[in-house]
Amino acid sequence: MRRRAARTRPILTEATQQMRFSRRTMLVGGLQATIGALLAVRMGYISVAENERYQMLSESNRLNITPVPPRRGWVIDRYGQAMADNRVDLRVDIIPDRLKNRKATLAQLRTILDLPPEEIERINGELDRTGGFQPVQVADGISEAAYAAISVRLPEMPGVSPLRGFTRNYPSGAAVGHLMGYVGVASAEEFKESGDPLLITPGFKIGKDGLEKQFEQVLRGKPGAKRVEVTARGKVVRELTTTTDVPGRPLQLTLNADLQTYAARRLGQESGSVVVIDCLTGDILAMASMPSFDPNSFSNGISHDEWNLLSGDDHVPLRNKVLKGLYPPGSTIKPMHAMAFMEAGVQPNETIVCGGGRRIGNRFFHCWGNHGQVDMAKGIYQSCDSYFYHFAQAVGFAKVAEYAKLLGMGQEFPLPVSSQFFGTVPSPAWLEKKFDRKWQPYDTVNASIGQGYYLANPLQLAVMVSRLATGRKLMPHLLMDRSRKPAPSLGFTDEHIAYVRAAMSEVVNGRGTAGRARLPLDEVLMAGKTGTAQVVSLSVSNGKRSAPWKYRDHGLFVCFAPFDNPRFAASVVIEHGGGSGAAYPIARDVMTFLYDRQKAMDVLLPLEAEWGGNVEQRMASAMARYRSAKANPPPPATALGPGE
Amino acid sequence: MSVIPSTVARLPWKVMLLTTALASFAGVVLYSAAGGSMSPWAGMHLVRFALFMVMALVIARFREDFIRDMAFPAYVGTLLLLLFVELLGQVKGGSQRWISLGAFNLQPSELMKIAIVLALASFYSRLPAGETSRFAAIWPALVLIGLPCGLVLLQPDLGTTLAIAASGIIVMFLAGLPLRYFIGGLAAVAAAVPVLFSFLHDYQQKRILIFLDPESDPLGAGYHISQSKIAIGSGGLFGKGFLNGTQSHLEYLPEGQTDFVFATMAEEWGLLGGLVLLTLFFLLLRWSTGVALSAKTKFGRYTAAGLTMTIFFYIAINLMMVMGLAPVVGIPLPFMSYGGSSMMTIMICVGIILAIERNGDRGRSGGLGGLA
Repeated sequence: MRRRAARTRPILTEATQQMRFSRRTMLVGGLQATIGALLAVRMGYISVAENERYQMLSESNRLNITPVPPRRGWVIDRYGQAMADNRVDLRVDIIPDRLKNRKATLAQLRTILDLPPEEIERINGELDRTGGFQPVQVADGISEAAYAAISVRLPEMPGVSPLRGFTRNYPSGAAVGHLMGYVGVASAEEFKESGDPLLITPGFKIGKDGLEKQFEQVLRGKPGAKRVEVTARGKVVRELTTTTDVPGRPLQLTLNADLQTYAARRLGQESGSVVVIDCLTGDILAMASMPSFDPNSFSNGISHDEWNLLSGDDHVPLRNKVLKGLYPPGSTIKPMHAMAFMEAGVQPNETIVCGGGRRIGNRFFHCWGNHGQVDMAKGIYQSCDSYFYHFAQAVGFAKVAEYAKLLGMGQEFPLPVSSQFFGTVPSPAWLEKKFDRKWQPYDTVNASIGQGYYLANPLQLAVMVSRLATGRKLMPHLLMDRSRKPAPSLGFTDEHIAYVRAAMSEVVNGRGTAGRARLPLDEVLMAGKTGTAQVVSLSVSNGKRSAPWKYRDHGLFVCFAPFDNPRFAASVVIEHGGGSGAAYPIARDVMTFLYDRQKAMDVLLPLEAEWGGNVEQRMASAMARYRSAKANPPPPATALGPGE
Repeated sequence: MSVIPSTVARLPWKVMLLTTALASFAGVVLYSAAGGSMSPWAGMHLVRFALFMVMALVIARFREDFIRDMAFPAYVGTLLLLLFVELLGQVKGGSQRWISLGAFNLQPSELMKIAIVLALASFYSRLPAGETSRFAAIWPALVLIGLPCGLVLLQPDLGTTLAIAASGIIVMFLAGLPLRYFIGGLAAVAAAVPVLFSFLHDYQQKRILIFLDPESDPLGAGYHISQSKIAIGSGGLFGKGFLNGTQSHLEYLPEGQTDFVFATMAEEWGLLGGLVLLTLFFLLLRWSTGVALSAKTKFGRYTAAGLTMTIFFYIAINLMMVMGLAPVVGIPLPFMSYGGSSMMTIMICVGIILAIERNGDRGRSGGLGGLA
């Protein structure tokens, strides 16, 4: 077989073999040259035809553009004093994506920064929760020494990022907590929604609540950009040009920062709120709600313990009581009802007899005292219920409710806040609609003294008294605007206004229910009205300060000064204060502060000494108590078995 | 002629000049790759080149008969070395490809590229022309190729395996074996590719798949090819300039001083640098092909042509790899890539080809005539 095949083919001689070699070598050489030429063409294609594309890719490799978080706009008060500013801050973050050894890194950071165990707990929690791109704050406000110590150890701790930046600072601390809200790192949802890479820049924070959230776009500003040349491993080789950030615009509020702080401090250990309104413009000068949270610690990433302490407190420090606290206004609405009576034609000198109460329809309704013969002024300064039962019934409560609404009760005001609870002004039409029930005389009785279905928030009470005192439809404002027109008149006659003012002055400066509210000033007389709102039925508790805290009556007080030419109006509500006696001393001191700071401080400081320090100190010691209680829990009633 | 001593004049100046130009260019590129420093690469590269150049000139003085006689012992010795590293790897765990020689690590698989050419050239030079169509002319060659290929594939080093196989087969082809064997073999290989593919290691499979579509995984296995193309592409016509390559200096380009040295060069010297380099390679291969064509003996012809193929294979596969035309197989660029083993292999090739040239020229006046 092989032999035959060999025979059919020409036998290769040395000469033909050499020729075949030359031929094939030429062929191979030619192929090699062709491949070489193709390689040259290929290279030309990449480096010339596609040059632009690859140059761009090379640049995007080389350059790392990081946004520089813009400095947040300041929030200032009506006099330009800072209520929220920025301070230089040395901070450390962890980028979860780049973290190699979480345990070792955290242990090292813990020793350098001396972190408490609960902070490690928080960091671990956040590392578990957040996605890879989102930096987790380890600590901020760290010392230069700690900053340097971390910077030199960076190569051993991938994922750790020390930064020199700015952090939000609220000089008034807890006093502005509810108002300002706080700032924080954007959440994964917020980033997904906007897609703005600025949101995930380490050190960048957005407004999470309050004014910080409402005015986020104003306060944010525009980020700068830092262009750096980086190696493939992310090491920065050199910084190229840097465009600076455009800081956010400042936001000027109508508030008086010092007054706000004073009011918050003066509230002391009570759960309550103070609102002060400028009677010329309607500007809100103070709106304090205590207890509160410190927006500084919220903005820096609040610890578990702090959060638990705040959310477990029965004084609800997380609720802004000025806007979201609803209370029966009680007797504080009596002057306003009196104005409604006069507008309906009742003469102020018309009298009734209070015999410890009064018969309305076919039932006898008790008054809180026995006031004998009562005219309108006495009805106000003695807070006689019988007087208001009678004339509310005579005028008809539908008419009274109209005036209540006109003066701001039950109204929502156009303020830059996330929500307001606006309460209820009961009326026959409302009752019909809400409960499908006919209005009864006892409904008039209850409503006439601010009880029953009546509910108002402290801001509404302040607006109500400011409108009553001035006869003008003042609108509450939070944003400063110096070109505002004076508020329009409500149409009350000067006589009527003067009458109510005088009667309310009598409450404080004469024969009234709040003699201790008299201002310690010679030239300024304050007018006011007390109110007490029952929380539980008299059969449960008498509501006084001796009762358990949550059964005590709410104490309310509305006021304005000077009584004959109102400049400032205020409302104070103390939850479970055990009566108005808890409220009006606070109103007196806050009002005093507006005229004579020294006198007001002289009252406050001894009180704070008694309470155990100012707001900040008391919050710190509460935190310390909480931690030590947590560290040494009371022994459990039954020991756990070994199997559990 | 009287001024220059005849021993000096007889040195192969043309080849020395060509290779020195290539190595010097490499020195410049490696100097830049190290961020403007002779260490760690450029200095060592030039020193090695000088040493291996001396070695090549020594080899050039060997008689062709001596080389032919040494072919089989060299082949067997290299095969044993391959076996040795394989066993070493077995003992140490994992794969090992080299034996440490202090100055550099010797890869026996590199030497095998030469040994296979010498062994086959020797075999076919002894075979009478009439026997070349016989089966007896084929199976010994297949065994000679198959043994080292199997060992190198075990390492596993696909690139070198292909280089050894290509060098061997090209000698068989040039020895005049009937064309039908090669066409048949090619068809068989094409049919077997899917099967062979399944035998490859995961990372080798991945490299081939990524090569087919590098953009599919730009940060993973396609990273090498992507970054290499970015380096070459961003260089443009004249490059970014000496010491100005960002891809290499900022470490985006992996292996910028070894397998991807061409990309490092192209980024700074552009298309112009690439064409200069290709021209130098072309001149070198044209010279060695010329030596093969004008060699007096069969052994000389086959050896020179086979080693030409070995050098070409290095160049072509490496350049195709860095330009994204071949998978990443880890083959260095002759004279340019930093590394002792490959330079030694190339310089031995050059030395042997010079020896063959000298053998053909014996009786003529001198090497300088080659320059004219």
